[in-house]
Amino acid sequence: MSKSAPLPVRHLAVTDLTCLRGGTTIFANLGFSAEPGTVTLLRGPNGAGKTSLLLCLAGILRPEAGTIAWSGRDAEERPSTDMHLVGHQPALKGGLTAAENLQFWAEINSGDPNLIEGALDNAGLSHAAHLETRLLSAGQTRRLALARLLVARRPVWLLDEPTAALDSQGDKWVASLIEEQIGAGGLVIAATHLDLALKKSRSVRTLKLGPGK
Amino acid sequence: MSAFLALIRRDLRLTLRAPGEVLTLILFFVMIGVTVPFAIGPDKVLLARLAPGIVWIAALLSALLALDRLFRPDQEDGSLRALRHADISLEAVALAKLIAYWLTTAVPLMLATPLLAVMMNMDMALLGRSLVSLLVGTPGLAAFGTFGAALTVSLRHGGLIAPVLILPLSIPILIFGASAAAGGALASAGNAALLLLAGLSLAVTALSPFAIALALRLSED
Repeated sequence: MSKSAPLPVRHLAVTDLTCLRGGTTIFANLGFSAEPGTVTLLRGPNGAGKTSLLLCLAGILRPEAGTIAWSGRDAEERPSTDMHLVGHQPALKGGLTAAENLQFWAEINSGDPNLIEGALDNAGLSHAAHLETRLLSAGQTRRLALARLLVARRPVWLLDEPTAALDSQGDKWVASLIEEQIGAGGLVIAATHLDLALKKSRSVRTLKLGPGK
Repeated sequence: MSAFLALIRRDLRLTLRAPGEVLTLILFFVMIGVTVPFAIGPDKVLLARLAPGIVWIAALLSALLALDRLFRPDQEDGSLRALRHADISLEAVALAKLIAYWLTTAVPLMLATPLLAVMMNMDMALLGRSLVSLLVGTPGLAAFGTFGAALTVSLRHGGLIAPVLILPLSIPILIFGASAAAGGALASAGNAALLLLAGLSLAVTALSPFAIALALRLSED
């Protein structure tokens, strides 16, 4: 996985973004930008709108007002095909093995099936490749959910609490994944309570959400 | 194309790994055929005359039974959200789910129809007509069903709402399906009904991916 080829360049500019859910304003007039090769950490208390912001960026929630502009892309392309969203749910099928789950995501995201073995190895799951996913522990499931990002390379990662359920080794692994992604020119936006064990502080921005920001 | 096939393959594989659900479906389908003669009496002539309609009702009810497992598992484990970022459009995702649903419900039901035919005293010709009408009509039923499942996927207890929504929509298919299956003196009218059924089924199937994708998009808002 090291020395990966550079990823397509994507810039993100968010202006005056307002998000309502169930009639309540989650956040209003939010503006920020993100450059390729950087990671933006979304911080804030529970209910501050970290997940809602990620869902807006992912094109799943429609913002009430404001614009989200991704530049660097062909106007013809669908924005959703150059991003990965990892939410709280793992998007894995318990009835399939770890390898089969990755195989599926590699195929449907037009990734590279040759990367599956490496991704499992990278996630520390090569011994569990042929176990049904429902038998994996919470931490292993999270690792597998993140391994999905490695089988189809895309420039933008939207991560919601990527280190939830992970041990300290797992925290370091997530940090290394993010560093590798931004090292290749990718753009990462991660909602997190905990500090990620990131080294390159130059390319880390923090965006505070919620009251008293 | 391989992304499209990957989704169908995944759903088929999941169904084959847990065959209990399909077996229950088939059992339910056959049980309707078993119970009807008890309700209307063992009049062989009457049974044979009612048979095509009963086969269609049994197929409709069984297909509705399977609706809840169409999108809900994908919604609960987050796959549905991740599929929004698949390399194929949500419309293609919808069509792939529809095809997988048809393959895992309508096809097993058609395979079980001969069993029902024995209990309803159907002759070979009537069985043949019923099977052809099911083959032609079930894609339309599946399309309506998939649409209903997509509309109700975000409702917490939506299990029974999709069938209630879909039943009225399915009535035209039921009318033409049952008359296409009818034999005897009605056979010539049946051919016309079969053509209408085919047209209806094709149109519904062709248009449904757009409606299903729209419903899935709205379900998140």
